[in-house]
Amino acid sequence: AGPVESKNEAAMSELVPEPRQKPVVPMKPTGINASLLGYIGIDTIIEQMRKKTMKTGFDFNIMVVGQSGLGKSTLVNTLFKSQVSRKSSGWNREEKIPKTVEIKAIGHVIEEGGVKMKLTVIDTPGFGDQINNENCWEPIEKYINEQYEKFLKEEVNIARKKRIPDTRVHCCLYFISPTGHSLRPLDLEFMKHLSKVVNIIPVIAKADTMTLEEKTEFKQRVRKELEVNGIEFYPQKEFDEDLEDKTENDKIRQESMPFAVVGSDKEYQVNGKRVLGRKTPWGIIEVENLSHCEFALLRDFVIRTHLQDLKEVTHNIHYETYRAKRLNDNGGLPPMAVETEENHESNL
Amino acid sequence: LYPTLFPCQFSDSAGYVGFANLPNQVHRKSVKKGFEFTLMVVGESGLGKSTLINSLFLTDLYPERYIPGAAEKIERTVQIEASTVEIEERGVKLRLTVVDTPGYGDAINSQDCFKTIIQYIDNQFERYLHDESGLNRRHIIDNRVHCCFYFISPFGHGLKPLDVEFMKALHGKVNIVPVIAKADTLTLKERERLKRRVLDEISEHGIRIYQLPDADSDEDEEFKEQTRASIPFAVIGSNQLIEVKGKKIRGRLYPWGVVEVENPEHNDFLKLRTMLVTHMQDLQEVTQDLHYENFRSERLKRTGK
Repeated sequence: AGPVESKNEAAMSELVPEPRQKPVVPMKPTGINASLLGYIGIDTIIEQMRKKTMKTGFDFNIMVVGQSGLGKSTLVNTLFKSQVSRKSSGWNREEKIPKTVEIKAIGHVIEEGGVKMKLTVIDTPGFGDQINNENCWEPIEKYINEQYEKFLKEEVNIARKKRIPDTRVHCCLYFISPTGHSLRPLDLEFMKHLSKVVNIIPVIAKADTMTLEEKTEFKQRVRKELEVNGIEFYPQKEFDEDLEDKTENDKIRQESMPFAVVGSDKEYQVNGKRVLGRKTPWGIIEVENLSHCEFALLRDFVIRTHLQDLKEVTHNIHYETYRAKRLNDNGGLPPMAVETEENHESNL
Repeated sequence: LYPTLFPCQFSDSAGYVGFANLPNQVHRKSVKKGFEFTLMVVGESGLGKSTLINSLFLTDLYPERYIPGAAEKIERTVQIEASTVEIEERGVKLRLTVVDTPGYGDAINSQDCFKTIIQYIDNQFERYLHDESGLNRRHIIDNRVHCCFYFISPFGHGLKPLDVEFMKALHGKVNIVPVIAKADTLTLKERERLKRRVLDEISEHGIRIYQLPDADSDEDEEFKEQTRASIPFAVIGSNQLIEVKGKKIRGRLYPWGVVEVENPEHNDFLKLRTMLVTHMQDLQEVTQDLHYENFRSERLKRTGK
C-alpha cells in the first residue's frame, strides 16, 4: 500500500537523479532557509560603511532665497554655528542693487565628531528686491540646472572621477516675510517653479515679530495656501518610502512646517547658561528655546535627521528628472561633452 | 581650498551642530535597504568548493546536489550556476549570490574553459552599464561579481598552467582571492612551502590578486599583517558536525584525529571568513571603481557610444 510504494519511488529517484536547474542569471532568493549555527559577522558591513563615510566626508549645498533683510545669513550662521555666510549690511550708496539676482556660493569645511562636511552656502542677493521682480527666479533655476548639467557631464565621461564633485543644491530655504497676512505673489511664483527642481523648505523669518497666536494662525494660512496652489515642499508626500517615513513626515508637514525661526549669532547669559539670542528691553529671545521659536526644529530636521534624505531626494529624484529630460531631448543619447582643457572624451 | 571651521567637539554643548550624526542617517537607510554581494568560486571538481561555501555562511546552498560521473564530464562545458540566499544577522540583511562554475578544468582539453566565465563577468558589467545609462535608474540591481575565490589544488607543486592562465585573464575583471583547498592533506611545513611557491609564481607572472587595504588607525595593524601574511589562505571545509570535548564543531574525522574547520591552528578558514566579511564593502568598492570603470571605459572607447 502506501509506505511500500513510496519506498520504491525513493529507490527509483536514486537511480535516475534529476539534473539540477541551471539558471544563467541569479535565481530568486531561496528564502531565509539559512539556519545559522553561529555568528558570521555580516553586520560588520554597517561599520565598514560608517568608516567610509567618516573617511571621505560629504558635501552639503544649501541655498537661501528671500528678500534682503529677512535674516538669511544670520540664520545659516546659526544653523552651522560658524560664520559660513557673510551678512550684507544692506545696500549703501556706493553699492548698487544688482540688476538681476546674483548667485554667490561660498564653501567651508566644518568638522564635528570626526565627520568632515564640505558645506556650501549659496546666497541669492537681489531676489525680490527690485521694483519689478518678474522672473527673478530664473537665474536661480538656471543655476540649479547648471549644477545638474555639470554632474551629468562628469557622469557620462569615459574616464570619470571616482567621486564626482557634487555641487547640486540639496536644500533651498525659502524665507517668508512675517507679514501675518498671507504669502506674497512672488513667494507663490517662486515656490511653484522651483519645487519641481529642488527641495524647498519654507521658513517664516524673523518670527519674533509675531505672538504665539499670530504665529499659529499665519502658519495655518501659509500651509493652506501652499496646498491650494499645489506646491510640494520638502518632504514631498510622494517620496515617503514607507509607513515609518510617512508617519514621521506627515507630522512635520501638517503641524511643524513652515518653521517659524529666529536667528542670532550673539550669546547671552540666561539662568546661568550661555544661549544664542536677541536681547530686547522686554526680554531675551532664546533661539534654541522651543517655546520661543522653532529654530531647533529646523536645525534638527535639516541637519540631524533629514540631511542624508535631502541629498538622496536630490540625487534620485530631481537629478534623475533632469537627466531623463536631457536624454529625451537628445534623442535618448547622453549629452555631448564640451572639449575641456583636460580633453575629456564623452561617450557620444 | 576651503577654510576649515570647528564649531565644537562635544555633543549637546552650545556649539554642537549635529551633523556628526550623518553616518547614522546613512546607516539607517542601508539597514533598511539591505546589501547585495556576489561571490564566484572557481576551481577543479572535487576541491571542496561547495563544502567550503556552506561552511563559510553556515548554510546549505546546495541541498539536492548531483555529482556527475567522469563519462558525463567529458562532454560537459563550463556551466555558470548562481544561487542566492538571504542571510540576516543582527538586523542586517545580506542577499548573497554564489556563482558556481562546475566543469571548470574538467575537460581533457581545458583550453577555453574560462571563456564562459569571462563572458559571464562581462555580461554582468554590460548589464550594469546598460542600466546605468538608461532612463529609469531607480532600481538598478548589482549582479556584478565582487569577489572570486580561486581554488588551488593542494596536490601539485604550486600553480598549474591553467591556474596561471585563468588568473592572468581575470585579474583585470574581478577581485581574485587565491585559496588552497583541502589543506588537511598537507603538513604545516608543506603548506608553508606551497604558499611561498604560489606567491612567487603569482609575482613572476605579474598576476594582480586582491590586496587588502592598509589598516585604519583604529584597526589592529598586527592582525591585518597576520591576515595578509597568510595569503593564499589554506582552508578546510566541512558539512559535518563532530563532537570534540563536549562541543559540536564542524570538522573532519580521521582515524588519527579530528581536523577542526574553525581552529586557527588547523587551517586559515577563520582568517578567510573574517577577511571576506570585513572587506565586503571594500571588495564592492574596488569592483565598482576599478574593474567596472575599466570595463566601461574600454567599452565606450570601442563602440564610440
